[in-house]
Amino acid sequence: MLAFLAVCVLFTLFGALLGYSSRRFKVEGDPLADKIDALLPQTQCGQCGFPGCRPYAEAIARGEADINQCPPGGEDGVLALADLLGVEPKPLSGEHGAEKPKSVAVIDETRCIGCTLCIQACPVDAILGAAKLMHTVIAAECTGCELCIAPCPVDCIAMEPVRENLGTWLWPKPDGTR
Amino acid sequence: MFTLHRFHGGLHLNAHKEDSSLAPLATAPVPPRLIFPLQQRGGQNAQSLVEVGDHVRKGQVIAQGEGPMNPPIHASSSGVVSAIEPRPLPHPSGLADLAIVIDTDGEDLALEAEARPDYRRLAPDELRRIIFEAGIVGLGGAAFSTAVKTDPGHRAIDTLILNGAECEPYITCDDSLLRNFPLEVLEGARILMRVLGVERCLLGIEDDMPEAIRALRETQQAGDYADIDVVTVPALYPSGGEKQLIRILTGREVPTRGIPADAGVVCQNVGTAAAVYRAVVRGEPLIERIVTVTGQGVKNPGNWLVRIGTPIADLVRYAGGYSGTAERLILGGPMMGIALPSDALPLVKAANCVLVTGRGETTGPKEALPCIRCGACAEVCPVNLLPQQLYWYSRADNLQRAEEYQLADCIECGCCDYVCPSHIPLVQYFRAAKGELVAKQRERSKADHARERFEARQARKEREKQERAEAAQRKKAALAKPDASEIQDAIARAKARKHPLESAPTAPRHERFPHPEVPHPEGEGEQGCSDFHVDESPKAQEPAEN
Repeated sequence: MLAFLAVCVLFTLFGALLGYSSRRFKVEGDPLADKIDALLPQTQCGQCGFPGCRPYAEAIARGEADINQCPPGGEDGVLALADLLGVEPKPLSGEHGAEKPKSVAVIDETRCIGCTLCIQACPVDAILGAAKLMHTVIAAECTGCELCIAPCPVDCIAMEPVRENLGTWLWPKPDGTR
Repeated sequence: MFTLHRFHGGLHLNAHKEDSSLAPLATAPVPPRLIFPLQQRGGQNAQSLVEVGDHVRKGQVIAQGEGPMNPPIHASSSGVVSAIEPRPLPHPSGLADLAIVIDTDGEDLALEAEARPDYRRLAPDELRRIIFEAGIVGLGGAAFSTAVKTDPGHRAIDTLILNGAECEPYITCDDSLLRNFPLEVLEGARILMRVLGVERCLLGIEDDMPEAIRALRETQQAGDYADIDVVTVPALYPSGGEKQLIRILTGREVPTRGIPADAGVVCQNVGTAAAVYRAVVRGEPLIERIVTVTGQGVKNPGNWLVRIGTPIADLVRYAGGYSGTAERLILGGPMMGIALPSDALPLVKAANCVLVTGRGETTGPKEALPCIRCGACAEVCPVNLLPQQLYWYSRADNLQRAEEYQLADCIECGCCDYVCPSHIPLVQYFRAAKGELVAKQRERSKADHARERFEARQARKEREKQERAEAAQRKKAALAKPDASEIQDAIARAKARKHPLESAPTAPRHERFPHPEVPHPEGEGEQGCSDFHVDESPKAQEPAEN
């Protein structure tokens, strides 16, 4: 009888403990999507077919999207995702675009009419300007997503590759690969 | 008695110091043309303050950088700015970027030096400002802003170390400085001690520089420099490395990824101390430095007091020109220097040595053979790393593992390269992998920043949407509010308009309130007003007729 009671008491205690910890240590959000999101380049370009990197990460976590839909992440990004998810890496899917050198948008300020359409399109608020006033791109904030190019009614935005400088130049490997 | 400590590994190298140290220090004439690259540490361009055609004087600020990391650049002689154009940089990348070119007029007109008050009466912040404005950067080779390095923030500093341990073969510019200007170095040390608020200064100097040691000791005895300890350290490459010298002199280890200030130490090159003295006491900006020109490839090796911006070709010309055997041009020493593609490049603040090697003087690149895992590299590594493991990981682009093996702590001294029996260019692998790691890190932080901005924008849009919805709600509520009497009034007014005589009593009211009183909800646009006016418009009255 005593043993039975002791077991009952233990069950109750453990049950309470489990119940408490399930509330106290509840994980908010989706930890897998967070990890995937941390690997994505955060260009927010939508080339993957989702409205931003986070939605794409969530889709991958749910198994609804493939890992090779992110051209800005490139092959390295696919490898990192494959490594995280424990799946076979695969080449970038052609339908979502190809990997390009890093570039930033540049507004030809003499042609800009100040329509603010690009400002509304920019996912990271990297374009500065106001209605009927000239706009300009804050190069340091630009992710190179190209979303501002299509809305521009006067085609005054162009993508320019990021120039190498002493801070970004890398030593080549002795065998010439890289 | 001062106890010295030891660092792991190191190499006894054939120093070749006498090649250049026997000749007395010479002052280089003003070259016909001076070149000042605008790109600074970290890749940011300084802003040019002059335009083509401007006449500049010696000591005039010609370019200003952004932030405390980028001190200004001064003209090192007088003349006319002849161009601001892209020129190749003295950097292994061979990249070109904007540079100010000054055609000197030979008059060497200087700006009038400001009279400086006694530095003992100046606050440390004020001294740091002077150091910054004089354009002083570390003259040991890294060109790190001295004003930043002497501002350790919250870290408690108890020791200033002056680095006179010129360990790399061939280079004797610090030796020459200490022999010729010991007073300036010791006074500079005093100023730096005041800036840092420390009581103790150790000046480390290698024991193969007897003349410099004697000059320092004599000056020390003549003046009152008891608080500065001149310590001779055994000549061993790379004892002049910052972390190695700190270890030798204090026994302290600079933590991984840390800076010397984390170990309570600030380390400055002796040349920097002399430059600080000139800036603070004499009001002279950093426009000249001592550069060693040496190697079998030049006719008269020696040390030259040369203006910053002087093309290397001119300096070699002053040193008698190239000898017949000249083979390679190296900026810096044979261990850590960089091979230059051309002698048209200018000397920058960090340039300490121009080495022109003769035929067979240094081993050029040899064909690398497979690693035989002999472990010689690990024995000589002054940082206690495992170069062999790092080599495998760097070569295979396994950056994560390389990072775990503390690749970032490699000081690129080249000891492992030197002893490798298979002639594997280890340091180049490490440099490539380190660069890749830093680039990855940079991309990561840029991505995090972009994510933050994206999320902030999403939040803002969400908030705006909500605010718009609330505004619409309020407007709706305001529209719904008009009670029966107001509607009656409106009908009455409408009638009054149609039959003015019949409903005369209400007419004055209509005139008094041409627009019904409605509280205008915040954020309500024109749309809201016109909605309400519909009541009064003739169109709205039509149904009433039926």
